[in-house]
Amino acid sequence: QTGSISGQVVDEKGQPLPGASVSIKNINRGTSTDEKGVFRLNAVANGSYVLTVSFIGYQVLETQVTVNGEKRVALKLVPNAQNLTEVVVIGYGTQRRKEVTGSISTVSSKDFQKGNITTPEQLIVGKVAGVQVTTNGGQPGSGSTIRIRGGASLNASNDPLIVIDGVPVSNATIPGVSNPLAMINPNDIETFTVLKDANATAIYGSRASNGVILITTKKGKSGAPSINFSSQNSIATVAKKVDVLTADEVRTYVNANGSDALKALLGTANTDWQDEVFRNAATTDNNLSISGTSKNMPYRVSFGYLNQNGTLITDKLERGTAGLSLNPRFLDNHLKVDFNVKNSLAISQFANQDAISGAVQFNPTWAVNSANSTYGGYFEWLRPDGTLNPNAPRNPVGAVRLKDDSGNTMRSFGNLQLDYSFHFLPELHANVNVGYDVSRGKGIVYIPAEAAISFSTRGNYNRYKSTISNNVVEAYLNYNKDISSINSNINATAGYGYYANRTKNYNFASYEADGKTVKSTPKFPFDIPENRLLSYYGRLIYTLNNRYIFSGTVRTDGSSRFSEDNRWGVFPSAAFTWRINEEGFLKGTNALSDLKLRLSYGVTGQQEGIANYSYLSNYSVSNNEAMYQIGDTYYYMNAPVAYDEDIKWETTETYNAGIDYGFLNGRINGSIDVYRKKTKDLLSVIPIPIGSNFSNQLLTNVGNMEADGVELAINAKPILKKDFSWDLGFNFTYNKTKVTNLTASYNPDYMVSVGDITGSTGNKIQAHALNRSPFSYYVWKQVYDESGKPLSGVYADLDGDGTITEADKYFYKSPLPKYSLGFSTSVSLRKWTLSTVLRSNIGNYIYDNVSSNLSSRTVILDATSGVVNNVVRDFLNTGFSANQYYSDYYVKNASFLKMDNLGLAYDAGNIARNGKMNLTISANVQNVFVISDYEGVDPENNKGIDYKFYPRPRTYVLGLNVGF
Amino acid sequence: CKKDLDLTPTNDITGDKAYADFNGYRSGVAKVYGSYATPSNTGTNTSDVAGQDPGFADFLRGYWNLQELPTDEAACAWIGDAGGGIQGLDYNSYVPSNVLILGMYARSLYQISVVNEFLRESTDAKVASRGISGNDAQEIKYFAAEARFIRAFQYWLLMDLFGNPPFITEENKVGKESPQQITRAKLFEYVESELLAIEPLLKETNEYGRVTKAADWALLARLYLNAGVYTGTIKYNEAAQYAAKVISSGRYSLHPVYANLFKGDNDKNNPEVILSINYDGVKTQNYGGTTYLINAAVNGDMGPAGFGIPNGGWGGNRSRPNLPNLFGDYKNTKDKRAMFWGDTPNITDISVFKQGLAVVKFTNLTSTGATPASVGGTYCSTDFPLFRLAEMYLVYAEAVARGGSGSTATALGYLNLLRQRAYGDASGNLSSFTVDDILNERGRELYWEGFRRTDLIRYGKYTSDSYLWPFKGGVASGRGLEAHKALYPLPISDVIANTNLTQNPGY
Repeated sequence: QTGSISGQVVDEKGQPLPGASVSIKNINRGTSTDEKGVFRLNAVANGSYVLTVSFIGYQVLETQVTVNGEKRVALKLVPNAQNLTEVVVIGYGTQRRKEVTGSISTVSSKDFQKGNITTPEQLIVGKVAGVQVTTNGGQPGSGSTIRIRGGASLNASNDPLIVIDGVPVSNATIPGVSNPLAMINPNDIETFTVLKDANATAIYGSRASNGVILITTKKGKSGAPSINFSSQNSIATVAKKVDVLTADEVRTYVNANGSDALKALLGTANTDWQDEVFRNAATTDNNLSISGTSKNMPYRVSFGYLNQNGTLITDKLERGTAGLSLNPRFLDNHLKVDFNVKNSLAISQFANQDAISGAVQFNPTWAVNSANSTYGGYFEWLRPDGTLNPNAPRNPVGAVRLKDDSGNTMRSFGNLQLDYSFHFLPELHANVNVGYDVSRGKGIVYIPAEAAISFSTRGNYNRYKSTISNNVVEAYLNYNKDISSINSNINATAGYGYYANRTKNYNFASYEADGKTVKSTPKFPFDIPENRLLSYYGRLIYTLNNRYIFSGTVRTDGSSRFSEDNRWGVFPSAAFTWRINEEGFLKGTNALSDLKLRLSYGVTGQQEGIANYSYLSNYSVSNNEAMYQIGDTYYYMNAPVAYDEDIKWETTETYNAGIDYGFLNGRINGSIDVYRKKTKDLLSVIPIPIGSNFSNQLLTNVGNMEADGVELAINAKPILKKDFSWDLGFNFTYNKTKVTNLTASYNPDYMVSVGDITGSTGNKIQAHALNRSPFSYYVWKQVYDESGKPLSGVYADLDGDGTITEADKYFYKSPLPKYSLGFSTSVSLRKWTLSTVLRSNIGNYIYDNVSSNLSSRTVILDATSGVVNNVVRDFLNTGFSANQYYSDYYVKNASFLKMDNLGLAYDAGNIARNGKMNLTISANVQNVFVISDYEGVDPENNKGIDYKFYPRPRTYVLGLNVGF
Repeated sequence: CKKDLDLTPTNDITGDKAYADFNGYRSGVAKVYGSYATPSNTGTNTSDVAGQDPGFADFLRGYWNLQELPTDEAACAWIGDAGGGIQGLDYNSYVPSNVLILGMYARSLYQISVVNEFLRESTDAKVASRGISGNDAQEIKYFAAEARFIRAFQYWLLMDLFGNPPFITEENKVGKESPQQITRAKLFEYVESELLAIEPLLKETNEYGRVTKAADWALLARLYLNAGVYTGTIKYNEAAQYAAKVISSGRYSLHPVYANLFKGDNDKNNPEVILSINYDGVKTQNYGGTTYLINAAVNGDMGPAGFGIPNGGWGGNRSRPNLPNLFGDYKNTKDKRAMFWGDTPNITDISVFKQGLAVVKFTNLTSTGATPASVGGTYCSTDFPLFRLAEMYLVYAEAVARGGSGSTATALGYLNLLRQRAYGDASGNLSSFTVDDILNERGRELYWEGFRRTDLIRYGKYTSDSYLWPFKGGVASGRGLEAHKALYPLPISDVIANTNLTQNPGY
């Protein structure tokens, strides 16, 4: 006896859902709904079945049906507010969101930052608790500093490991492009997954202390080709200039205070040098992608063309990208093949950034151009005898216009990943991933002989070139088995990895502008720094009763950077996860859709930032500029190099406790994590007993650092209706890092000076010291008069010895924010979507080096150099007679609230009469506003020292997206 | 596969390769010497001494700053620099965290550790095992003796500046272990014994820039002259004896033109210099060395091109009034050693370069007025005299005047040789002299050559409140210094890192 099942699938508002898949569990029958949401399954034997209905973005519906002849059903799906069955990428595998045991945050393409995004990491700015992405400035394609939980190192690297489609990418900078990630087209990226605690990261072993970012790129789709074209066109404007005196104010001041010689150096012009070196800059970014399936071969091809102008005149980046992804499945889906290649070519023109500070300082009473044609026709300071004043600042417009620094960089990276699940044992699958990442950068810096910036050396003609090649081989076996007899699941992974990084830096002679007269010749034609890593790793996840999850990982890494005795490091982790909402007492509670407790502990390592061969006793051979004359001959010098044969891994222990929660079917969800990180064997450049080695300092394993933090994320959908929805996302981070040891022998008074400042030689403004935040400012305490005006050169005599010496300095604040907050929201009403991202750092301080260097009487009246300069307007507040570099006056509170993005999008839907053509139009403003007490150009600064900062522009973007 | 982890650098070489043949020893001894001429093996932006501006850890710049800035001869305008370190020297307010003190101390010990490594590789057994024999092997023995002289020279300086520094020889192992501290008295014995031991091992004459027996005697003479300061036991007999050995060797004579001793081509036709540090604007670049001495003494107003530094002139160092006053009417004196610029000898604000007369004794121009080849128009080719005959005349005269055995008449003759060169005739000659006259004559003859602090201490004038200069002790009118200021503090970072060190008293 047979019958049939038919019916209609509708959404939560009763609208039909076309294309939903409907299947009968256990008998391998299925179909999908038509455009009216209707389906029909014929010839079904009478009996009882479980019908499964699924549709992307909706919760899977399972319902019992009894067939006895014709059976009609009406099925209503409920949208997924939080997709707990969503698959999350973890190191070497995937896991369902609800089973994740580590502290992992995912940002997928729908949540990315919008607007003119040219490098991938900018997609997640402000989106993830515990992750700080700070763009390094407004230069086209300029990189960002990424810090996950504040980083774990002092002197080695604090950059996280970035893995794209399973291939760790090099963070080494290749010349000719400002940032290695800038070579990757953000439009090709599907998801960012940030691994934060040791349970998530420890499988990456020795490279995981600073967190891991997994990036997956977009893949081929099934079905007919779908074509997507997007175009973003924008204008970048200078959001804020440094507030300097006007030409009239300079004239007034100099005439009132300057010597006759200096008064004679005033011109009659009114030049705003910042206006002269900055501009409004247009950018166009166009992307085309085609994805579909051809003869069972899912594919995606993509092309991108970016043409971005910088706000500093002449600055430009042109980038073409092409990507191909093939994702065929063979042997009944037992063999999955993923093949990816991404190529890019960037052509850059790098503007001379000296003009940024030059424009602040240069005298506004003179016009840009001089009457005659020397020095390229630009006004320059001359000595009374008519020759170029060697000590004067240079015309910033001339400095930019007459320096041609152009580079081009090619990069190709790709991988072939084979995943085979064994026919005889489908629970076991083998995965092999072979990847490469090669890049080549080269360029020429040319300065003509007449340019004042290189006048004394008759111009400049230098070439540079280097190549980077990284190769990766990974192979692992994964066994995943439900053992229903004991209500358990076992998921085990074991693997091997090999990583080779090789850079070749070419050395060229440098020439004068004529390209013939040699200034210097290199001793060696090239250098090939190289390092390799060999790894074995394993992971076991045991799940009991679907609610108790025990997870453990171990990785052992061997690095070429260490001697045989220290070469291998072992990095374990363990975690326990309790899915509380699966417990009987909570089951069936609709209000609570997810509640999970995660506890983890693990050890990770860190070796980036260590020289490749620092354990070896070597001799360096001096170069052509460092020879010594004996008799009439100049000899190269062979020098023994300082080394530490005992150098080894830096290790970080991380304790993490977290809760994942979801209410109201996930309409409110999020997580809370608290952590403590303890780094030991901290790679620190420490003073060693002088005379014991061939340097006074050595990078060695001493030092400890601790960080405590809290992270909180909340996502909510207060309104979720067909034509009206509202999304909110909020994250909060508290992180406090302190140095707990710095020296081989305990000494509380010891500190390491860091943080070079501009303006005088050898001055450092920050220090690492015991029980302080790293990079704390170490300054003199300014004394103020009754009216609150700082007194020039008067400081508090903290040690009371009657004079102000280095001993009177004290620790005052640090550039690390105490709290970071991110807030994203979007409101959709019919076809319109309004969205914004806001971000705030609280408790971070900045050293205003622009003012400390360019706002004193000796700057405006520079008798030593024989010029008159402009000064920062802050000079009117201080009236300092000479520069006071070490005054705590210049350490400013840089807490801020920023609106990163404000966007409005209109989804026109299908605009073609025949066929399908979807159109979305969007308008965005980036860097909308900054609220901060800091009076400099931008309070957000990853080093905490503000000088020559390429301003982040305010950008107005108009975009359109067409889909076929 | 595990073999894949054994990687070696492309251009560096291992110790065995570095000393594989005689040329390797040549390059090794070049570093023994070059450590006091260059900041590092890789140009001017890196330093053998880590953690600070490469210019601050240059040998001559550090030596000169520590010997001249806290005295009546010089003051530096850059009081904001080096984290207050320059101000600390200008005002005699140096503290153990002063980076300039660290730079000098670390540079001296760095050169000593390079010497030690060279000596470890230069034993007879190692040289023989590398198949080097005959003249080459003999030359390596000379190299080794010269290296020991360089080490003794640096230890003498450490003893003079710091008193009780760490002590390492080729017997110590390379690693992280704390060296032992040595007392000033013991170090005196060591330096003396080394200099005496290598005397027979050194050459009588040698290539330009290399150590000879005369350099050994010259350092012994200097050492003995100050023995009272170092050990409490005077050795004026020995001082006179070794000064006389240099003088009577007949190998050196006064350069006929005083000014040419300090010019860009002073490596040529220079009969007076016993040992020099050699610089070159192209091949031996440095932001310290004579590049510093010349550039820091000139500012834009003075026309840097006129000093062979067309793109230089940093406007930092100039004299305090005491120095020109040694010449009396310094503008109209016949004494050609008075080489000053400017018209404001007094200093009321130490940060203003134009207060105090500029000293134009050192220049990068050659004796014919040419500018030597230089990258960027800043680096200088002028060599710096570490030992020259004139000093030996003065040591002899002072030792005799202080009661050492010798002839007062001979001493007077030596002084008058210097004065005749200075005046061009006998009009400046003396008929008699006192011990104090020698200090003034040293000021006129040897100013800005790195002697002043040692000289003032020997004469008891460095810390005294009866001999003052502007901003001595940080006070405009000058004041006496605490007695412990006659020694520099050991750098704080080394006192912490080296558990065997005890800080000098008073710091």
